Amino acid sequence: MKRPTRRNFELLLLVMAWGLGVLGTVQVGWATGEGLHPRLWITAAVVGVLALIAHLIVRWRVPYADPLLLPLATLLTILGLVMIYRLDVAAAQRAERVGAVPPTPDVYNQLTWYAVGVTLFVLVLLALRDHRILQRYTYTAGMVGIILLILPLAPVIGTTVNGATLWVRVGGLTFQPAELAKILLTIFFAGYLVVTRDSLALVRTRVLGIEFPRPRDLGPILVAWLVSLAVLVFERDLGTSLLFFGLFVSMLYIATQRRSWFVLAGALFAIGAVFAYLAFGHVRVRVQVWLDPFAYADTGGFQIVQSLYGLANGGLLGTGLGGGYPSLVPFANTDFVVAALGEELGLTGLIAILLLYAVLVERGLRTAVAVRDPFGQLLAAGLSITLAIQVFVIVGGVTRLIPLTGLTTPFLSYGGSSLVANWIIIALLLVISHRARRPLEGQTDDASMPTQVVSR
Amino acid sequence: MTEFGLTLLRLSFLAGLWLFVIVTVLILRRDLAQPRESRPATAGAPRRTRPARAPKAAKPAKIPRSAGPSLAVIEGPLSGTVIPLGSSQITLGRAPDSTIVIDDDFASSRHARVYPSEGAWIVEDLGSTNGTWIDRTRITSPTALPPGAPLRIGRTTLQLTT
Repeated sequence: MKRPTRRNFELLLLVMAWGLGVLGTVQVGWATGEGLHPRLWITAAVVGVLALIAHLIVRWRVPYADPLLLPLATLLTILGLVMIYRLDVAAAQRAERVGAVPPTPDVYNQLTWYAVGVTLFVLVLLALRDHRILQRYTYTAGMVGIILLILPLAPVIGTTVNGATLWVRVGGLTFQPAELAKILLTIFFAGYLVVTRDSLALVRTRVLGIEFPRPRDLGPILVAWLVSLAVLVFERDLGTSLLFFGLFVSMLYIATQRRSWFVLAGALFAIGAVFAYLAFGHVRVRVQVWLDPFAYADTGGFQIVQSLYGLANGGLLGTGLGGGYPSLVPFANTDFVVAALGEELGLTGLIAILLLYAVLVERGLRTAVAVRDPFGQLLAAGLSITLAIQVFVIVGGVTRLIPLTGLTTPFLSYGGSSLVANWIIIALLLVISHRARRPLEGQTDDASMPTQVVSR
Repeated sequence: MTEFGLTLLRLSFLAGLWLFVIVTVLILRRDLAQPRESRPATAGAPRRTRPARAPKAAKPAKIPRSAGPSLAVIEGPLSGTVIPLGSSQITLGRAPDSTIVIDDDFASSRHARVYPSEGAWIVEDLGSTNGTWIDRTRITSPTALPPGAPLRIGRTTLQLTT
């Protein structure tokens, strides 16, 4: 039986994504009165070539992989590039009005990081034939992940930006190691839970009619909780801390199918949240601003208030790319890129973007359901959940559903570490998805070999 | 650029974005409609077999739609999974690199293998602890698997369809 590979659909969607990018850039130029960007076609060609390279490598290495993952990630990256270009234009125009030196545009940096992301994407596809190899490096990944997580605290290279110690500076380059750590820790959690999930799921003690794990099995969740708290205390980063805890609890639930983990995690989360609220000024400010942003409109709530005004200005259909004032929100191209997009594309556009994320996560989880080995299931589910948590936390923060925490919007935000890490995630999902969807007849690498008897 | 042209451009961008979403969803639907070869019913702990799943597993005739022989899991946590049999062998067991990973305390890491030989499919037990059973007999040597007969490994039952 010949299975369809669906690669032509992927190509079609990539062409559409590219076309939308060009259309958006043209629109920004016209609406802001800048005219066509002189380097529009060169930039468009670079983006097109990068997308094409990614597509061809997928065709060659993982032909049966999911056809939607790559185009979705590409479109989100392209939308991010368009928005960053649009904010560059705004910054340049403002500098011109004031008579200041125009700031260097960010869009070329982001384009470079996109190229780096695609390079790593290709490297992962070339180097990793089978995701199960990663299971051998469970504890190595865990170690390296934790080291990366605490690296910003190292004396010389660690850097504090806007109160959060999240960056590492080597030479002139800054990098957010937590972004890579999230991939490595997902690998670790997956490998660890595959081995231990039976004892975590089966051995229970009954308290108040609900089955709870034995105290000694609570070790891992307590460690995950303490590490998250440590990140919060020492690096002052609420978002990363939430991401890790949420990721671990979700994976624990998927591995054991026990709802009691959520009860436990909820209790631990509540304790942690109360502790953080009482102990840290910056957490308290975030919560107060969340509850009543307009009371702090000129101080701590300025950003969120501007973002709400922006979303209101956008309305249903948006002001059109280049038609709004997204640059009034501080950090519009990183944390608040969703607010900028919401203003210029309106609710209609924002919902489309959220749907893109929803489909991306759905395809990741579908991969987890389809793959035949438990490690792959947990890894694919964990990687998709990281994306989902990130989108929820940042979009929720920007739209004032939950208190604002600094996390990057996957693929959209300006910032190299996040973009590169998310492209690696897509590559890993494609590798797993290829193994889940390909027909078994094509399995020549391991199935045709005589079965090895390996004693463990 | 006139106001009208800009509005047109603005709306066409939104339309393009939604067209992308719609095409995505269409492909998604198409992908779901095709016969799926592998669908493990549960991703997690195997012990909690839900009673609701039992009647679904009882009619495996619905699952093998592809031409050619296939091995269907009709009972156990992976029920619903159909593995098409080609020219190569498949391995069963708890080891993560098995073709069918049977996550079950009653299965061994390298439990059994199924391979083609002279037009038949042969099951060979690879020295498992709890044995490989065809119908009610525990096999001791490589045995041809008759189509339709239940092949039992731990809590998992498989069936050959030609």
